[in-house]
Amino acid sequence: MQEFLQYLFSGVTNGAIYAVIALGFSTLYSATDLINFAQGEFVMLGALVLVTLWSQAHLPLWAAFPLTVLLVAAFGMVFERVAIRTVRKPSPILLVLITVGASIFLRGVAMLIWGKDAYSVPAFSKTQAIEIGGAYLLPQSLWILGIVVLLVVGLNLFYHRTLTGKAMQACAINKRAASLLGVGTQKIALLAWGLSAGLGAVAGVIIAPITMSSYDMGTMLGLKGFCAAMLGGLGNFWGAVVGGVLLGILEAMGVGYASSSLRDAIAFFLLLLILYARPTGILGKASTQRF
Amino acid sequence: MRVLANVIGYLLVGSAILAVGLWVDNYYYFQLLTFIGINTLLAVGLNMLMGYAGQISLGHAAFYGLGAYTTGILGVHLGWPPLVTLPCALLVSGLVAWLVGRPTLKLHGYYLGMGTLGVGMIVHVLFREWSSLTGGPSGLPGIPTLSLGPLEIPGGRPYMFVVWGVVLVSFAMCQRLVHSRVGRALRAIHFSEQAAAAVGVDTARAKLQVFVFAGVLAGLAGFLYAHMVTFVSPSSFGFLVSVRIVAMVVIGGMASIWGSLFGASLLTMLPEWLHVFSEYEVLVYGLILVVVMIFFPQGLTRGMLDLYERARRGKTGSGS
Repeated sequence: MQEFLQYLFSGVTNGAIYAVIALGFSTLYSATDLINFAQGEFVMLGALVLVTLWSQAHLPLWAAFPLTVLLVAAFGMVFERVAIRTVRKPSPILLVLITVGASIFLRGVAMLIWGKDAYSVPAFSKTQAIEIGGAYLLPQSLWILGIVVLLVVGLNLFYHRTLTGKAMQACAINKRAASLLGVGTQKIALLAWGLSAGLGAVAGVIIAPITMSSYDMGTMLGLKGFCAAMLGGLGNFWGAVVGGVLLGILEAMGVGYASSSLRDAIAFFLLLLILYARPTGILGKASTQRF
Repeated sequence: MRVLANVIGYLLVGSAILAVGLWVDNYYYFQLLTFIGINTLLAVGLNMLMGYAGQISLGHAAFYGLGAYTTGILGVHLGWPPLVTLPCALLVSGLVAWLVGRPTLKLHGYYLGMGTLGVGMIVHVLFREWSSLTGGPSGLPGIPTLSLGPLEIPGGRPYMFVVWGVVLVSFAMCQRLVHSRVGRALRAIHFSEQAAAAVGVDTARAKLQVFVFAGVLAGLAGFLYAHMVTFVSPSSFGFLVSVRIVAMVVIGGMASIWGSLFGASLLTMLPEWLHVFSEYEVLVYGLILVVVMIFFPQGLTRGMLDLYERARRGKTGSGS
């Protein structure tokens, strides 16, 4: 029982991080109908920029957190302007290749800037680990869970209650129609990229205290975040949380009771299963194919 | 005209290889050319899938690795000769491509990219973790050198001839395929899958066929790689290798068989020419992919030709 609880806690914590990354995929998809293969690299940038701001610029974590998110969000906007909007005839295959190229490029740049070392930062609060039924829950896990809930509530309010959020949804449904109704589609795309990159940075920041951050951490995290987003249905914010936590728990149980070498295979196996069987996700509505 | 150009192409490449083989006596160049040949096989296979049929694959290194590991494992653990392991390697990579392709090729666009990426990752995890068979992360040493019955083919000059012989034959196969009924069907799918289906193309079948074909070619490349290096390790077949193959196709130009040769040569030689380059290797691949896709979505060769055409036409006024 104690073992099970411990696996559960670590699974939920990891799952919450996957959920934040999944939110990044979902926000971009809800506005631009696009999947960014470099999303994991925004997570990596978030973690490493935080490390630099904290250890080199000696900023306290509470100040470094928002600054990191803003910086990475700004970078995401620059990326949209430079590499996405300039494409003359966007097609999925082109955009996949561009974002894959960007992800590798960012990895290389990060390796030049931060080297191959792994860094860590202290936890957000210095409280002792909480004991529940013989298992230990880190305070950082509570921070992570709290942030996830805040983000989801905030995003839901933004997308369903504000005019800008509704304009974003309109852009995803039909860009030309939205533009005819007076939505500035280019601005919306820019905003969506900023939002999505910022969410990636949030994931990087909250993960930095519980893991070692290095230049190559992003790819795997990005893929798992995508897996979580697919599990819950792309574009569905609560679905992202359900998918993330589900993936995290399954992974933790697989590692705990079977073998640690299975860890990465579980996520991909789930991803393939969901892609093949129910591409709209567990919570997603069944949809007909759009031509 | 097309046939003539191709014959000239074969003659040029063939005589260039022959010339190097006869007049140069430097193991390093033989090895470099062998690697170019292997990478060309990979690129031309993926080009059939990506350039002609328009189906992206971000996990092509999986089939490359399956070919290499199959021949490696059979050779090291069972002592089978390469002549016997060759059909096994082709069969395994083809069979896996068929099994994986059936569900995966139903996906489109981004999902197809993610699906093939996932397949590549799972196969890579298998190579790394199935230690009793694959030697785990440190790799599988002691693969026998290539021999066809009593005929030994050591690394260096003879191996280079064999690899390029295979490359030229596979080029001929691809060319025949492209200009056949199957090739037209593939291009129709690239243009619009619905339209292709509407005019009677069995799209699922055609896509699966070209996927298996590309997988088998990659398996063949893996076989040649394993017997050249006599050692395989998981890092040679990871995600970055898949991206490198994609970059070769993209640089050479989608739907251009000779372009694949150019892309593979360029990306194999660049790290050799610029030694400082090795630090930035990954970074440069990424940059190339982004820049080429933004400015020359038709590929670097075609893009350059277009630019040249435009410049020439600009000079002579709006002539023809």
